[in-house]
Amino acid sequence: MSQLLTLVFGRLPIGWLQLTHNRGRFIAAVAGVAFANLLVFMQLGIMGALNSSTVAPYAMLNADIILSSEDGNTLTDGGHIPRVRMFQALGVAGVADATPLYIGNLPFTLDDGSSVSLLSFGMDVAQPSFASPGIAASLSRLTLENTALLDEGTRGMPASVIAKLTDGGRYSFETGGTTLTAIGTMDVGGGFLADGMVIMSDQTFLRLFPNRTSGAPNHILIRTADGVSPDAVVARLQAALPKGNIRIQTMAGSAANDLAYMATERPTGIIFGFGVFMGILVGLVIVYQVLSTDVADHLREYATFKAMGYGQPFFLGIVFEEAMVLAVFGFIPGVFVSMVLYAGLVSVTGLPVVMDAGRAILVFFGTLAACSLSGAIATRRLANADPADLF
Amino acid sequence: MRDAPIITHGLNHFFGTGDTRKQALFDIALEVDRGSLTVLMGPSGSGKTTLLTLIGGLRAVKDGDVRILGQQLMRADEATLVALRRRLGFIFQAHNLHESLTATQNVLMGLQVHGAGDARKQRAAAHHLLDLLGLADRCDYLPGNLSGGQKQRVAVARALVSNPEIVLADEPTAALDKASGHRVVKMLKGLGDARGTTTVMVTHDPRILEMADRIITLEDGRITADRRQVS
Repeated sequence: MSQLLTLVFGRLPIGWLQLTHNRGRFIAAVAGVAFANLLVFMQLGIMGALNSSTVAPYAMLNADIILSSEDGNTLTDGGHIPRVRMFQALGVAGVADATPLYIGNLPFTLDDGSSVSLLSFGMDVAQPSFASPGIAASLSRLTLENTALLDEGTRGMPASVIAKLTDGGRYSFETGGTTLTAIGTMDVGGGFLADGMVIMSDQTFLRLFPNRTSGAPNHILIRTADGVSPDAVVARLQAALPKGNIRIQTMAGSAANDLAYMATERPTGIIFGFGVFMGILVGLVIVYQVLSTDVADHLREYATFKAMGYGQPFFLGIVFEEAMVLAVFGFIPGVFVSMVLYAGLVSVTGLPVVMDAGRAILVFFGTLAACSLSGAIATRRLANADPADLF
Repeated sequence: MRDAPIITHGLNHFFGTGDTRKQALFDIALEVDRGSLTVLMGPSGSGKTTLLTLIGGLRAVKDGDVRILGQQLMRADEATLVALRRRLGFIFQAHNLHESLTATQNVLMGLQVHGAGDARKQRAAAHHLLDLLGLADRCDYLPGNLSGGQKQRVAVARALVSNPEIVLADEPTAALDKASGHRVVKMLKGLGDARGTTTVMVTHDPRILEMADRIITLEDGRITADRRQVS
């Protein structure tokens, strides 16, 4: 390693040699950085899961524009919209088709007496093209009364049930005295609001939610005519439909707004965002403590180097070299331990906690930046290395 | 003697300001011959170390002329002082070796201040000097595994490896046995004769006084005796 770093820096890798000279302290420092990495990874992982689960239902749908109630927060957390808006929208140029979407959350009781909360989506099964291709093929089967497609990733659902369904079997469970029969599966995954999802016909939905009416869906999905920009149709719809109680967005825009809402207005998003900040802060403090102690311990040697004619860039180079070593050596165990914990979280919660390359790279460069910042602060102590004090 | 490597004229130096101001040097005028071995003597607090640090560009000159290797140090900026120090060799009373570097690596630090250079040649030069100082079998030892005398010899090698034009030493033989101390001073004398290296040394070691070309005594910040001798 020393030889490699000598080649890289074109000088003795003093930072590396200094750090590794005291192995116990080096291991403790690396463990500290790894711990800070772990904190950040866990917070980002959960925040990522929150984001993924927020926008996951969009993957079930196939539309260009969505009409929602003005008081709705997200796709799955919103008010109702008069269905008449759908008919009005169909009269706007560029709108090819539209369908109502009903969403509700219900607790279902399983065979073994346990309960799962399922986010239920009701769609017009006569318009399967509004569902994603994977679901559309099975949608016509849902014309049968009280049938549904069950999310394979439903938290708390026995694996045997999912296996049975994927093999073409059926599985019935109850809610409020009504039996719902799953006749197939889809793959969406559990979230923070529910253990899983279930999709059914609008008629079945309205039977399960007797207080809901067909005239007040949660959203209206719109598909634009071929070659027509959804943004242009959004503008036309905004001009044509009554103002005040309706939000008209593209599907992509709606998903982005849902993410923003979850990240900035819901406690969960704010808490996890604060957790990331705390992780970074812990990392900064740990690395600063290690580097500033190291500088203080070597002031006489640094003063000697100053007397010999080494300039400030040389000393900054040593401190930054140490910062980089700590960042790299702390990141490696940090990312691996995080992956293990991610796997554990997925198996326990069913949340989509995934270590993707983008996040790993982000955290790595964030670690480099945080370590560099700590190093920059620690270099202030170098001013105390006065070569005149050596004599 | 216009090409003397060390010239001071009317040099005064003081520490502190106002009521706490204390003058350490008074009107020091000095010209040191190229290649000579000059010893500074005097009681503790007489100003020897202050003079040494001013000559070495380790302190800012406040009053008077100090011209080292042709470079005026009065009002010299930090870059000038750093560049000058690269032409000097410092031997401190405490070895100040870097604990995580081997003997060879510590010596290499004396070379790498001038740039990366040819690593193989630099290593060979470091080994050669350590060999001359009787440390051939200690090249890869960390300072923690060397005796006090061995550490001091490594520090001497570090100071001399880049062929400095001036060597400034503070009690360099204090930690050395008689043979090692003699070897170090003989080496400094040899460098003076062969390469014109000028050495200014603070010492009370009578063995060195015998070998010195000049002995300057300071008392209370003033030169009270300046004796040249033929060695």
